[in-house]
Amino acid sequence: MTLQANHVTFTYRGRHGAPVLQNIDLTIESGERVGLKAPSGRGKTTLCRLLAGYERPQSGQVLLDGQPVYGRKGVCPVQMMWQHPETVVDPLLRLGVTLEESGPVDRRLMEALHIEDGWLERFPAELSGGELQRFCLARALNPATRFLLCDEISAMLDLVTQAQIWNFLIGEAERRNLGLLIVSHSDSLLEQVCTRIETLPA
Amino acid sequence: MKVTNRRRSTLWLIVFAVAVLAAVTVAGILLNGQAMESDFARKNLMPCLEYPFGTDWMGRDMLARTLAGLSLSIRIGLLTAAVSACIALVMGIVSAAMGRWADSVVCFCIDLVMGIPHILLVMLISIACGKGFLGVVTGVALSHWTSLARVIRGEVMQLRQAPYILAAQKLGVRRWDIVRRHMLVHLMPQFLTGLILLFPHAILHEASVTFLGFGLSSEQPAIGVILSESMRYLTTGKWWLALFPGISLVIVVLLFALLGERIRLLLDPASAQE
Repeated sequence: MTLQANHVTFTYRGRHGAPVLQNIDLTIESGERVGLKAPSGRGKTTLCRLLAGYERPQSGQVLLDGQPVYGRKGVCPVQMMWQHPETVVDPLLRLGVTLEESGPVDRRLMEALHIEDGWLERFPAELSGGELQRFCLARALNPATRFLLCDEISAMLDLVTQAQIWNFLIGEAERRNLGLLIVSHSDSLLEQVCTRIETLPA
Repeated sequence: MKVTNRRRSTLWLIVFAVAVLAAVTVAGILLNGQAMESDFARKNLMPCLEYPFGTDWMGRDMLARTLAGLSLSIRIGLLTAAVSACIALVMGIVSAAMGRWADSVVCFCIDLVMGIPHILLVMLISIACGKGFLGVVTGVALSHWTSLARVIRGEVMQLRQAPYILAAQKLGVRRWDIVRRHMLVHLMPQFLTGLILLFPHAILHEASVTFLGFGLSSEQPAIGVILSESMRYLTTGKWWLALFPGISLVIVVLLFALLGERIRLLLDPASAQE
């Protein structure tokens, strides 16, 4: 499968005449691990939101095997991991409910990510940032997921936990032939993990 | 120094207000027969120990009549506020979650209802429904949902952009499940506060419409009926006929307003620090 951004331009509403992204091209094939780096404010997160279909490009297209990603029904094969996991889970629901609503969860994933059964009885505020990030990872690795966009997912974790998460993700991506887009400011991380590194033009 | 917990004192105030309102409601139902009972041997008595609120020109106990009237008002208020708040919830969600077309229809309805003075609208609907209990309830319920619907519409629009709702959509959760599971719970504080703050409006409008003669029928011991009948006797010096029922109506309305404010403080911890 191919996830492709074709000449994508995007402006947030209310920001008159100042596009966040202009004429961007990016292609990710299944099995690839593409690193994305750029200074703050250059539109890395916005590009992820476009690729995952949260936003409609102003001009240009985001295509998954030739089909537009924006407006797809059902589980989107392109899933995004957000930088702040606490915003992505409903604060008033127990984690078990949140996890189940997107379909049954693979036991193997739960064990590999060290997610304890007890967590599922808890509310998001009762987990640490790292624990919650692992929980979100398990949820984003839906059976239907083909591409995973990781927007600074390990910035707030200690090095040991970072290493665990990336080792797990590389293994999982190879096993399921997932395409990964990895956004990070850390050059060493990108060199270790990625098969290819892209930079957003100014 | 003794530390008083504001949450706890708020909770006690709420319990107190609910207890008073419940007592009035029950007392009114029990005293309904006594409120109708006339005895010409005791007519036009000033307030005294036996009849603290006095008696009227037919020798009816004004205390019993006032309690029965308040009780009726509270029951009507509860019913209309509940119906009104439910209309507001549905309209608000439909307006914000069903797309631009539904939004403009709902906003048009809101502007339409808000554009007509409340009391006039309540009167017209009440007349159209044949006055009486049904008329008042329909009139008040159909005219009081607008401001709460606006609040809920705004909340839902904000919620729709919340990352956890966007993420749930991308994971294939259906629209109705998102509304039910992720939105309704977050709307509860606004809904409950709005519901309780609707009571005082509903009660006052019920009383005023009845006072003007377009509401409950005159044999019912409603506060509006009591007040409008006593108008005729005020000039003859029988001040107690209107004073006590009027004051107790104000107290009940204030109790409901207080209840709503306090519940808002409890449900929204951020505003408790104001």
